[in-house]
Amino acid sequence: MSDVKRGIRPDEDKDRLISPRRYRKVLIGMVLSGSLIAILPLLILSGINYHQYQDTLRAELTRPMIRFAANGKQSLESFLSERLSALSMVLRDTPPEELRDSRNLDDFLVTLNQTFGEIVDLGVIDETGVQIAYSGPFDLEGLDYSAQDWLREVDTQAAYVSDVFMGYRGRPHLAIAVQRANAADRFVLRATIDTDVFHWLVPARPFETEDQASSCRGCHSLGVQPSSDAFIINQAGVLQTSSRLYGGILDPSQLPSLPYSSEAELLELEDANGMPLVVSYAQIEHSPFTLVLASARVASHAGLASLQRDMVAFLVVSIVLILAVVTAGSVYVVNRARESDRQRAALFHKMEYTNKLAAIGRLGAGVAHEINNPLSIITESAGLLKDLLTHSEKPPSREKITSLVDSVLKSAKRCGSITHNLLGFAKQLDVGREPLNLDTLLRELLGFLNKEAGYRNIQVEFDYPEEPPTIVSERGQLQQVFLNLLNNAFAAVEDGGHIKIGIRKLDSDSVAVSIADDGVGIPEEHIERIFDPFFTTKKGAGTGLGLSITYGIVEKLGGEITVQSTVGQGTCFTVTLPIGSES
Amino acid sequence: MSESTVLLVDDEEEFVSVLAERLEARGLTVDTAGSGEAALAKAEARTFDAILLDMAMPGMDGIETLKGLLEINPDLQIVLLTGRATLAQGVDAMKLGALDLLEKPADIETLVARIQDAATKRSSLQDKRIANKMQDILRKKGW
Repeated sequence: MSDVKRGIRPDEDKDRLISPRRYRKVLIGMVLSGSLIAILPLLILSGINYHQYQDTLRAELTRPMIRFAANGKQSLESFLSERLSALSMVLRDTPPEELRDSRNLDDFLVTLNQTFGEIVDLGVIDETGVQIAYSGPFDLEGLDYSAQDWLREVDTQAAYVSDVFMGYRGRPHLAIAVQRANAADRFVLRATIDTDVFHWLVPARPFETEDQASSCRGCHSLGVQPSSDAFIINQAGVLQTSSRLYGGILDPSQLPSLPYSSEAELLELEDANGMPLVVSYAQIEHSPFTLVLASARVASHAGLASLQRDMVAFLVVSIVLILAVVTAGSVYVVNRARESDRQRAALFHKMEYTNKLAAIGRLGAGVAHEINNPLSIITESAGLLKDLLTHSEKPPSREKITSLVDSVLKSAKRCGSITHNLLGFAKQLDVGREPLNLDTLLRELLGFLNKEAGYRNIQVEFDYPEEPPTIVSERGQLQQVFLNLLNNAFAAVEDGGHIKIGIRKLDSDSVAVSIADDGVGIPEEHIERIFDPFFTTKKGAGTGLGLSITYGIVEKLGGEITVQSTVGQGTCFTVTLPIGSES
Repeated sequence: MSESTVLLVDDEEEFVSVLAERLEARGLTVDTAGSGEAALAKAEARTFDAILLDMAMPGMDGIETLKGLLEINPDLQIVLLTGRATLAQGVDAMKLGALDLLEKPADIETLVARIQDAATKRSSLQDKRIANKMQDILRKKGW
């Protein structure tokens, strides 16, 4: 339930407002939100920037690799197709009997090498698979190829390019072959090419000699970076040229199988050794070859890594700066807030104290006035008694003495009842909660104001037909509330004015006490400010604290205070209080 | 010196009656009034050497009664009695023309002394007024 039920004292409430925990929570909230607002956009922007830069950098890195593969593919394809066409032409244009003569083949070989170069030998194989004619550095005439697969492949395809192989001669080479088949006869013209040529076409490393470089026709543009490796593999992934990464010819490359593409492609992959690579590759049409340019990913990403490093450093410095500034700012603001809260609490405390003193002062003046009248009677009665005893010749009559003593006793009794009331009022220093009869409470208070009411002819009317409910609350606090309101009402009315006090039970939990006067009323422009501290219209006479304190007390008691006023007709303050229970 | 006449004005009847008896015992002629209105009525009927007036009374209070009395007779010497004297009230009363302001309970000898003062002042005022009047008549009707 509410604080009132648990009996939290106002001071504890005030302490809770300025407790260190509360400020720490505010501080943490401020630092978090401030940092988030500053750091989040920074991170997002950096992320976007990084990605854009990464894309650009990658494109820059990969474009030459793709170009290399595409150019290499073109060179190799044209190299092979030139020679295949030449062979086809020879086969088509030469009569069968001339093909059987090895000397003719010598002529063809010279001519072909003059035109194209790189052809080591030529051979003609008849339908039985036997090499019937041969021209070249080796003695291979009469060799039987009928058992070899490539011969059958020539059958199905018009032209054939073999893998690189060692063959009978123990040197890496590849064979290309074309077939002429018609009704009368069937010849296959076969040429071998030394794979050294690939090393010129595909320079895996910077050229070692001028000679090598100049003889590499069409491959000058294929500049390969020193950190990269270029080589050719066949469909089975076997090296067709030597490779820096994977060793010599016919060693297996450690690359996974590369998907077929008619264009040059780029892939990021890891080889079987777990080495991360950026690979550009191109399949060479009409051949088992794939040209591969592999570059260690670390190398290709070196720029990116340095960018990453710079960015992380920048971000760390920025975030540290932001956190420092936000934290310092928040600490400053929260400290200022705490200081001003503390000052406000202290001021409020002082205000309450001042108001209490003012109330006690008013009370004291009232009491002095109330007591002085009977005291005067006592003084004069006693004085007269003394006069009678000292100045007159005959002793005063018994009746005279009795009447004077009665006067003294009556007045003393009056003083006694005033001090009794005062003692009751002094109980306000106790802050305990107790059951209170609102009727009694209000009548006690009016006891102090009765004289003024009498002198000024003010009619105080109690307007509550039913037995007013008993509430559990703090006596002293309520006394102060109602004394303030009654004082205000007395100040507001003209002599002969009316004050009406009402008590009304609102529901089972709350009761409303209204104090209405037919006095001057409060102008509309003031009514919003009357509960503000130091707001006063009694220039010089009031502290401007009464209603603000009253408001504070009513709030602390768990109630509320409202005001209705019409200028010239009067003002009605209504205090709603919880009935409360003692538990 | 002839007996001074005093009007006592206070709403406390017991106080008035006892004080009256004491003042009479000191050779003063005392009349009493229980309210401002009664005091005004008595002042209309006859004149007093001094008036003792209580400040706090229901209905017409001391200050109002003071004003009314001075309207009837500006020469009236009025001593105010109060249970609670504030400086502001005292200044107001003096400005309005009160002779003095005494705090309750007042010492009887002081009270008598003030009343004598008042009576003296009043008679000298009266003498002066008569002298003025005589001079006036002499000047105007001089022969």
